[in-house]
Amino acid sequence: MDSLETAADRERLRRVVIDPVSRVEGHGKVTLLLDEEDHVREARLHIVEFRGFEVFIQGRPYWEVPVMVQRLCGICPVSHHLAASKAMDCVLGARITRSAEKLRRLMHYGQILQSHALHFFHLSSPDLLFGFDSEVGKRNIVGVAAAHPEVARQGVLLRKFGQEVIRATAGKRIHGTGSVPGGMNRHLAVEDRDALRADIDRMVEWSRTAVALVKQLHQADPALYDEFGRFPAKLMSLVRADGGMDLYHGALRFRDADGKILLDQVPDQAYRSVIREQVKPWSYMKFPYLEQLGPEEGWYQVGPLARVQNCDFIPTPLAESERLEFIDYGKGEPVRATLAYHWARMIEMLHAAEVIRDLLGDGDLLEGPLMGDGVRGNEGVGIIEAPRGTLIHHYQVGDDDLVTMCNLIVSTTHNNQAMNTAVREVARRYLDGRKLTEGLLNHIEVAIRAYDPCLSCATHALGKMPLVLELAAANGEVLDRVVRD
Amino acid sequence: MGGTFLFDGQPVPFEDGQTILQAARAAGRYIPHLCWHPDFPPHGSCKLCIVKVGGRHVSSCALPARDGMEVESNTPEINGERRALLQMLFVEGNHFCPSCEKSGNCQLQALAYELDMSSARFAHFFPDRPVDASHPDVLLDFNRCIFCELCVRASRDVDGKGVFALTDRGIHKHLVVNAESGRLADTDFAVTDRAADICPVGVILRKRVGFAVPIGERKYDRASISTVAMEKGE
Repeated sequence: MDSLETAADRERLRRVVIDPVSRVEGHGKVTLLLDEEDHVREARLHIVEFRGFEVFIQGRPYWEVPVMVQRLCGICPVSHHLAASKAMDCVLGARITRSAEKLRRLMHYGQILQSHALHFFHLSSPDLLFGFDSEVGKRNIVGVAAAHPEVARQGVLLRKFGQEVIRATAGKRIHGTGSVPGGMNRHLAVEDRDALRADIDRMVEWSRTAVALVKQLHQADPALYDEFGRFPAKLMSLVRADGGMDLYHGALRFRDADGKILLDQVPDQAYRSVIREQVKPWSYMKFPYLEQLGPEEGWYQVGPLARVQNCDFIPTPLAESERLEFIDYGKGEPVRATLAYHWARMIEMLHAAEVIRDLLGDGDLLEGPLMGDGVRGNEGVGIIEAPRGTLIHHYQVGDDDLVTMCNLIVSTTHNNQAMNTAVREVARRYLDGRKLTEGLLNHIEVAIRAYDPCLSCATHALGKMPLVLELAAANGEVLDRVVRD
Repeated sequence: MGGTFLFDGQPVPFEDGQTILQAARAAGRYIPHLCWHPDFPPHGSCKLCIVKVGGRHVSSCALPARDGMEVESNTPEINGERRALLQMLFVEGNHFCPSCEKSGNCQLQALAYELDMSSARFAHFFPDRPVDASHPDVLLDFNRCIFCELCVRASRDVDGKGVFALTDRGIHKHLVVNAESGRLADTDFAVTDRAADICPVGVILRKRVGFAVPIGERKYDRASISTVAMEKGE
């Protein structure tokens, strides 16, 4: 079967562009090349932004890095803040205190909760509740609020709660400064703890409702949910030493497309011994791969779908019960459907709510030493499971305290090949040979959206991005044009 | 002796030898400033303390108060000029408040808030100014220098070391370290020097503690720079 990555006779084909892809974080575009019979011959997801953080962090003092690099993103800055802090902990050789680790965990699971809620309710639920080619004017969170007010209300308040957890631990809802190399600079205030505790049981309950909603969607239309954008893929995520899910810290585990463990307990500091990155001329985003399998075979998925299936168990009871049901749904096979990302994501949101509930009862959040120390080194790697998947920060620091090398592999980068594969699967299945409509093109966006990509790791631009579709002949003549304001 | 002058229409008493700025402060009236510091003689270079006396612009930190003067300070015209000076300072250096460890303790940032500066207005210069991390305890980030010369004066007049100097002129003016190599590590500068704690912006920084106090809980996060100056005398 044609891979659809690069067509052989590109100059003779018509080009359709989805630019920008909407209801995702950041900016990207999709190009489709079609032949005279409207058969899709090439499909690519392009990342059109170039950031350059890895270069301009060089020459800056190491203690500034966790604050500076989080500016990569306005949606999950906590992930960058903490991954950089963890890497710098290694540079300092610091043993992190109990209080500091628990505060960071609380911050991180607050981040998971708010980001997952934002993605599911604000960005994806309009497609899932109304249909991919439903009336475009209502296919947004405002439409959800009108048709399903309680669903929208819970989504908004779940996200708000997660943001409050972040504010209480990091100092601000966005771009806080609570975590520093070697530990934290603040405890949780008693009044913040009490306010969060007053609401957490409801958040757990609403997260259960969200899981139930996704399950209902799968059960109502299994033909769509089980098949849409389905393809085999390898998986990568952090797991604990005992194989349990841990989104803050762990070692790398890879599974092959059949679910068999390929590599396990790869220490975070050794990521470079197993992961390589490939550059392709048509995208600013690199293509990471498992070195032992090479660039063609070594690509893998990260994020909720990978994590929920990669771990041996989830260490909170409600989420673990949902995980077991999810695994059963695969009937012995890994669950491969692209839309199952939403299901897995909601299981993780439930897990995050449970973790937050448990942590809020811990007195170490309110008092105890915040800073650890140790023997200073010159290199450190910090890996964390960000909402969208595995996030790797790697730094070298000179004896003068300035950063000399920075390598960042963000979650969406790991999913680059998987998202391109999803786009091609959907193009092949739903668009091939048909006259393109907005609704059909939205199928492509639905597949991309399922990954919750943060295409630039940039500020969120919900609902403000216009979509312009142009169908052009090979000679450049515009044959058809659809504009969405 | 001494006397009284009118400050924005209100009488302000002064003693002989007091400048307009000193007398105004003593009377609880704030005048913005960057290069002036209560522990040092007036310098008159930043011009943020500019006021209008008898229709003429003067530096209030340097002009002795005189009986019967009519001083205009907190007016839209004067504040507009101060804001323009701030905007020029912001574009002349590399001032990235979001990731700057001095955020919340920086007088330039605090004054920008005080004077409602909402944009940089002018084109940024984006100068290339490498940091000096050679000293074991102190980092110099020249990107943020506003040429107030407080470090120059503190090192020369208090520490007796003369570690810092401004060199070149006009648009090429910049802060240098007084060593053959140009590196702070090759001077007798110490973290206990008066010059180590005098910088009103984020040039002279103690290493490794930049974010020990959370942003949001710092001096000018809690109160405006005019309030801090009037209530704490800083």
